[in-house]
Amino acid sequence: MSQDLSVSVWRSETNAFQEFAVPAQKNQTILDVVSWIQANSDPTLSYRFACRVGMCGSCAMMVNGEPRWTCRTHVKKVLKSNNLEIGPLRNLPVVKDLATDMDPFFDKWVEAKGVFESTKTRHDDMEPIIPDAPERMAASAAIECINCAVCYAACDSVSGNAEYLGPAALNRAWSLVNDVRDGAYEERLEAASGAGGCHNCHSQGGCTAYCPNELNPSASIAGLKKETSRNWFGWGRS
Amino acid sequence: MIKPHRNHPLWFAFLLHRVSGVVLALFLPVHFYVLALALTDPAGLNGFLSLTENIWVKIAEFGLVFLLAAHMLGGLRLMALEWLPWSDRQKTFAVTAVAGAFAISCSFFLSAVQ
Ligand code: SF4
Ligand code: SF4
Ligand code: FES
Repeated sequence: MSQDLSVSVWRSETNAFQEFAVPAQKNQTILDVVSWIQANSDPTLSYRFACRVGMCGSCAMMVNGEPRWTCRTHVKKVLKSNNLEIGPLRNLPVVKDLATDMDPFFDKWVEAKGVFESTKTRHDDMEPIIPDAPERMAASAAIECINCAVCYAACDSVSGNAEYLGPAALNRAWSLVNDVRDGAYEERLEAASGAGGCHNCHSQGGCTAYCPNELNPSASIAGLKKETSRNWFGWGRS
Repeated sequence: MIKPHRNHPLWFAFLLHRVSGVVLALFLPVHFYVLALALTDPAGLNGFLSLTENIWVKIAEFGLVFLLAAHMLGGLRLMALEWLPWSDRQKTFAVTAVAGAFAISCSFFLSAVQ
């Protein structure tokens, strides 16, 4: 590949995409492209990243209209006739250029009661965790989330309803509902099934289709829907 | 145009379910009105039913039966998704629902034209 890539990047000052020519490399991620532009063409370009290895969840952007973790998305996977269009994540307010304000996303984790409530104190013995116990496997299934908000940007229910907690926060709530060590089962189910809760989900599965860590928030939300009904009939966990 | 982030099978399943739902909601009042003609205006009903001999009306009926069947089978998939243990085969189920709806509407059409 010797030809330059033609890259349109969202600029918040002009509210429009700006064109850049970026030298193509054999191995190149979307984050490499954005960093090249910032280093060589326009130092005022703002974007966010930290780890560059798919751990921190801070680099997600819209790439050709689809939400992606940019540090681990190879250009050749998403290039369309030598063009790339890179914009800020959908469904979140833009701080500047490619950097979004993640506050609403994280506030919803708190609203969905995404915090573990211990039933023990520091004076109790450590609870043994048996990795292949069925209840532990259910809790672990949804646990590897890096908070990248890719699913949140893919979700049309979030775009349609600003109150909706969204796939990531509900996925976290489901993880804790399955965690037998957690002491806030009732409160969490209530938080996850209120006006902005799991019943807003239309099961379109955009979250699952795009989650870079191959989690399945759609299944977690279906689990929450079922669990709230079970609990209503008195068949819940406790 | 379909936005890129919607270009996946389960979104199309959602679209089909929504469109068929809206079309059926518009169709049902007309359907009940025509049925009611049996009581209020039998001659009018006969006149209307003779319309159904027209091939274009039969084709439209085929479409309607397809939407009805797709809405029913797709709805069963969603109810299973929400009430039964999770299955990772949602795309297969969605495609099966569409294929089933097509089979039902084709057999309806064949028996209507024979
Ligand atoms: S399945 Fe639910 S949470 Fe996931 S993208 Fe669709 S509406 Fe959003
Ligand atoms: S569930 Fe997946 S897509 Fe959503 S925030 Fe977590 S890692 Fe990202
Ligand atoms: S920079 Fe950390 S996940 Fe991409």
